Amino acid sequence: MNRFAALLDRLAYEPRRNAKLRLAAAYLRETPDPDRGYAHAAMTGALTFRNAKPALIRGLIAERTDPVLFGLSYDYVGDLSETVALMWPTPQAGAPGHNRPPAPTLTEVVETLASASRSELPARLAGWLDHLDEIGRWALLKLITGNLRIGLSARLAKTALAQIGEMEPNAIEEVWHGLEPPYESLFAWIEGRGPRPESVDPAPFRPPMLSHPLEDVTDFRAALDPASFSAEWKWDGIRVQAVAGFHEGRKTARLYSRTGEEISGAFPDLIDALSGDPHFVGAIDGELLILRDGRVQSFNVLQQRLNRKTISPKLIHEFPAHIRAYDLLAEGEEDLRALPFAERRSRLEAFVGRLDPQRIDLSPIVGFPDWPALEAARADPAGAGAGVDAEAVEGVMVKRLDSPYVPGRPKGLWFKWKRDPFVVDAVLMYAQRGHGKRSSFYSDYTFGVWRQGQAGPELVPVGKAYFGFTDEELAQLDRFVRKHTTNRFGPVREVTHTADAGLVLEVAFEGLQRSTRHRSGVAMRFPRVSRIRWDKPPREADRIETLEALLATYPEPETTDP
Amino acid sequence: MRPTDILKITPQGLYCAPGDFHIDPVRPVAQALVTHGHSDHARPGHGSVLATTETLRIMAVRYGEGFCGTAQEARLGESVAIGDARVTFRPAGHVLGSAQILIEAGGCRIVASGDYKRARDPTCLPFEPIACDVFITEATFGLPVFRHPDLASEVRKLLDSLALFPDRAHIVGAYALGKAQRLMALLREAGYDRPIYVHGAMERLTDLYKAEGVPLGEVRKVVAAERGKLGGEIVICPPSAIQDLWARRFPDPVTSFASGWMRVRARARQKGVELPLIVSDHSDWDDLCATIRETGAGEVWVTHGEEDALVHWCRTQGLEARPLHMIGYGDEGDDADAPREEPAA
Ligand SMILES: [Zn+2]
Ligand SMILES: [Zn+2]
Repeated sequence: MNRFAALLDRLAYEPRRNAKLRLAAAYLRETPDPDRGYAHAAMTGALTFRNAKPALIRGLIAERTDPVLFGLSYDYVGDLSETVALMWPTPQAGAPGHNRPPAPTLTEVVETLASASRSELPARLAGWLDHLDEIGRWALLKLITGNLRIGLSARLAKTALAQIGEMEPNAIEEVWHGLEPPYESLFAWIEGRGPRPESVDPAPFRPPMLSHPLEDVTDFRAALDPASFSAEWKWDGIRVQAVAGFHEGRKTARLYSRTGEEISGAFPDLIDALSGDPHFVGAIDGELLILRDGRVQSFNVLQQRLNRKTISPKLIHEFPAHIRAYDLLAEGEEDLRALPFAERRSRLEAFVGRLDPQRIDLSPIVGFPDWPALEAARADPAGAGAGVDAEAVEGVMVKRLDSPYVPGRPKGLWFKWKRDPFVVDAVLMYAQRGHGKRSSFYSDYTFGVWRQGQAGPELVPVGKAYFGFTDEELAQLDRFVRKHTTNRFGPVREVTHTADAGLVLEVAFEGLQRSTRHRSGVAMRFPRVSRIRWDKPPREADRIETLEALLATYPEPETTDP
Repeated sequence: MRPTDILKITPQGLYCAPGDFHIDPVRPVAQALVTHGHSDHARPGHGSVLATTETLRIMAVRYGEGFCGTAQEARLGESVAIGDARVTFRPAGHVLGSAQILIEAGGCRIVASGDYKRARDPTCLPFEPIACDVFITEATFGLPVFRHPDLASEVRKLLDSLALFPDRAHIVGAYALGKAQRLMALLREAGYDRPIYVHGAMERLTDLYKAEGVPLGEVRKVVAAERGKLGGEIVICPPSAIQDLWARRFPDPVTSFASGWMRVRARARQKGVELPLIVSDHSDWDDLCATIRETGAGEVWVTHGEEDALVHWCRTQGLEARPLHMIGYGDEGDDADAPREEPAA
């Protein structure tokens, strides 16, 4: 466990991809089976422990520390595992039962977690925590809660694995999904000591192709020839890969997120449809959306389904999942990724044409003779063919007609061009200290707009923003808050906000909803500080009527769950 | 006399009415008693300043000889009368010259400890607990997540990294007053005998430490043109410089930072630190609690830092405690060369 914890600690602080790769590869090369296999599974998120939930850890620390001190510490550190790792009171040497037995190995931890009963687990975990140091405790807690976000992607972890045997990462990727930790046969194959693992995955994940913002291309209107590109809507859902294939006569269908996590379990309705459709054998890159009566629902609606832990028939009925297809990566056994986009697109159209349109349909092509025409379509998707679905359009995707499907974010092939967000000028009212790395800054800002009160114009809070600014702007905002504090309530400071004194923030947001939870009656989606208006007096900030008007023009359903 | 009649909070800072003086005032006052030379405690422009010799010298280095009207030297352990109060300075173990101030008036003993630590520091005198009725403490690391590790292991981390990357310059951020010199002294104790390089901003304070008799070995100022040749060397600079263009001119630099804040991962990552060293000139949680107990004080006032947690702990121990919510300490950072974010740590 200590060697693994040390690796995680180094990885957590190492920003350079190549250095991370070298650290991980060195660990995998030097560490014996089965520890390294479990370590790799842990790094790629392939280990889950039904028995170790945050509540268990909270329970253990609650028995050992003062609840107020724990609360303040957690608020400061911003991470449960780290807080517990640092606060855990270690037994004094010499105390009965604590004659310093060795720290547990990773394998011991993993195998115990797999077999221990729910009632045994707390004592086991507490014993391990007693015998590890701060870093070991942190790694153990991250591991057993399935929260090892250490900046090492699944892809990178597999690349490290490939490096041991000087293989291509995709060769690992293709055998990957059929294998189970601790992957002893895989290591044997990579090290040239055994055959290629038998159970080839019939429905593997293929690393997706990603795009760059079109605005990042200098003078793109002159630099890029519209005739070389195809455009389609960028849908506001979740990017997925739907894959199905046969192995020994049995069909397997899977749904992956764009990071390669399998999310089939959350969408049994889609999986059933894909498994049952004899024409669906291959791999589609598309957007997961909720469709009701053929109409795409907003991201809020999808969010409601994603938030549910149990997938009831009622949920499936009320939130039918649908895939809008962008690309075809494989058809039957054939890998299409090397073909140009235009060719894959016609294969996709034929392929989707044979499927049930209730479950999978095509993302339509948006024709455009020149860039101004595409700009007009992006500004008004409803008028440019998206019709009633326009609310679910985030912008347009622009793809080179000759682009192969290249995993990662290759330059110059695919671009995204997002719609302009809504913008409002609001006045900073309160600031709160951030969490974790921002705990030294007042980084969460509550802002308001003017409304007519009984005693004249008054500010009413309309939202909270905690991103959108640069580090430099954060420092400026923090200084402003400290200098203009009028009141303190625990971690919150009230900041001067009168008609003549105060700070105006330009707040950008993606949408607006009615809300009974907010005093103003409206709630913003993804609000962020887009500009600091040092120049603007608070009296000139926007009024609530501006938001009311937006709400009337772009209504979104009220969410039940914040 | 009640303690609150003896010491009051004013916009200038803590004010002692019977003695008509301020302690570590944040704005110019007629008579100031200064605990130590960090810039949030020692500010220029007062009528008179009473402080230890070392603190007066540090202030002169930072602000020039005319940093106040009259400078008065406080001798450690010597009790002097000021108005109706008696004051005594005693070592605080924080940085060179740092002191706690004992105030006796109306039959009551109050200790203003400034900033202090209990961990070993070869560059200054160790903290001496003073029995008192009211103990005024900082709480920079006043949360039980802050437990500073063994110093030798942190220094070893730096030396191990040097051995592992012998061609890379190791750029270590450290506060210019105290931390930088303590780190040098600890490196020398660990047997490191190569020259230690420093950023120009810490040269004068380092010279002052050497002049005060603290052995730091060979310290060289970094010459801009020679940065490219300092692969494999230790370079100490103000925290604000570790992410500067200045630091990037060294050969393949390893970014390090010596601070108590490095205990929290997010803090280290925020600064882009690759080699966090948990070395602090403030007390950690255990030492704050132990010190409060040792003073025997029945009442604890908390000046700045994580006041809420420490006040809560005191109350669970049956002590009276209150946060002073003092503005101007910690907030501004401690270092004239690192004018932002967190207090010296
Ligand atoms: Zn200080
Ligand atoms: Zn201080």
